Amino acid sequence: MTTVLDPTNEATPTRIEPSTRPESLAGLTIGLLDISKPRGDAFLDRVETRLTELGSTIRRYAKPTFAKPAPVDMRHEIASECDAVIEALAD
Amino acid sequence: MAVSKQPLPCGLIAFVKRDCPTCELVEPALGQIATGDEPLTVYTQDDLSFPSVVVAVDDTDLSMSWHHDIETVPTLIRADADGTELERIVGWNRDQWQAFTGMPEVGMTLPEHRPGCGSLNVDPTRADELNARFGTSKLSTRRVQFAELEDEIEAMYDRGWSDGLPLVPPTEARVLRMIEGTTRSPDEVIGVVPPDLVEVTLEKAAVNAVMAGCKPEYLPVVLAALEAICDEAFNMHGLLATTMGVGPIFVVNGPIAQRIGMNSGINVFGQGNRANSTIGRAVQLIVRNVGGGRPGDVDRACHGNPAKVGLAFAEDEAGSPWISLAEERGIAPGVNAVTALCTEGPHIIVDQLSRTPESLTNLIAESMRTAIGPRMVLGVDALLVLSPEHMARYRSARWDRARFRAELEQRLIVNSDDIIRGHNGIDEGLPEGFAGLELPKFRPGGLHIAHAGGPAGLFSMVFNGWVSGPKGSVPVTKEITG
Repeated sequence: MTTVLDPTNEATPTRIEPSTRPESLAGLTIGLLDISKPRGDAFLDRVETRLTELGSTIRRYAKPTFAKPAPVDMRHEIASECDAVIEALAD
Repeated sequence: MAVSKQPLPCGLIAFVKRDCPTCELVEPALGQIATGDEPLTVYTQDDLSFPSVVVAVDDTDLSMSWHHDIETVPTLIRADADGTELERIVGWNRDQWQAFTGMPEVGMTLPEHRPGCGSLNVDPTRADELNARFGTSKLSTRRVQFAELEDEIEAMYDRGWSDGLPLVPPTEARVLRMIEGTTRSPDEVIGVVPPDLVEVTLEKAAVNAVMAGCKPEYLPVVLAALEAICDEAFNMHGLLATTMGVGPIFVVNGPIAQRIGMNSGINVFGQGNRANSTIGRAVQLIVRNVGGGRPGDVDRACHGNPAKVGLAFAEDEAGSPWISLAEERGIAPGVNAVTALCTEGPHIIVDQLSRTPESLTNLIAESMRTAIGPRMVLGVDALLVLSPEHMARYRSARWDRARFRAELEQRLIVNSDDIIRGHNGIDEGLPEGFAGLELPKFRPGGLHIAHAGGPAGLFSMVFNGWVSGPKGSVPVTKEITG
């Protein structure tokens, strides 16, 4: 019988449930997050037009670089200012 | 399971082994002491029939020897009625033994002095196993016990610890031995490992280094490499999350490279050298097992590259007329250091005809202008590894490193009109607004140079990077400490 030392971080992951999906976007504040990849803005401009037609209020955000996680302050800002967020990953 | 310490018997206690000429020499003296007023207990480490002059007590499991810190045989101890040690002597010294026992006749026919031998419990081949068995473990890592019928290699695969290759089981004895490769404390925090941002201790790093196949003497290099990738500037999270097939590679400079047997020569980026193959692998296993960076989870690489298993190599400093990569990055000559760079796998640059440094530099520049795509400028760093035969062109022309860099960078200026969107019917490229500019292929400080490879071969190698500079990944150099 072999006993070895656990190579992992020994953490028990905390499971966080996603927030409840809104039934309608009308009247909600929607964050649009551009990760700063080429053409993300083109995609989000179109999304903004469509959501405004639906009666959503739009707030725009952009990561300083696509190569790093969004800064903590920005994540907090989005969470406190928006009901939902749409992130543009695309090139 | 730790075996608790047994007290010494009252009186005189000797520790001996047959495989020690001095122990055999003192056998008659032990016989004389046994006839004295003080009780004598003799523990034998290897042969129950030795010494024949008394009934020896079995210590072949070395429990008493280990618990009472016997380093030399013969050792003679005096203990009181509580089993507390009062005094001890080691080896054979006739006057000393006579005084210690208060018996002037002891060993009169023996030579005056003989040094003892190493005690079996401190034998390097057994010490780690004994420390693990008897010691109150200094290791705090959780233990995982495999079932009797479980194949240990398969068990480690089943638990998701492997990068795809078999792992060495990280038993306590092996991990203790690994930790001996450094003088630092096992509970020292080496860094915070992305992407889960988990603190990694030296001990946890050692567990993964064992699994990777490292020898203890590689551990200081692994730790420095780990510090480098945990540096925020290196942006290990980004390296994992990107869809580009990049990973960390490690260049080792300084005398430690030769001391631990790293390869800087033939097949330097290939298989066959344990240190080169396992140092980078250990770091990648730590990213996987401690940091939680696994392909398909945070690691989103479209293709990855084979070097992501782990690639480390040594620069051939002895064969180079130039200062090393580490020295150019501010490390003092002769100081051991690791540089972590974020790159793809190596690409070959063939030039078998150039005989002048100008011609070869032209060819290298032409190759490097295509790094990660000819339309990309100021986007990525690159590491150029010149082979000895290519280096010979610069050596004979007396170009130093600064001259080579200046000449190469001059040839790496790109006319933006050649890489503008739509030029030559290619949609990829710089936006129209960048027309009419002269742009460097690499950012200032983004071109890295090293020297390695076998003695024959008119090829150099280039490792192309990923998003460079503060917006992406910055190469990080760390000194290797004990």
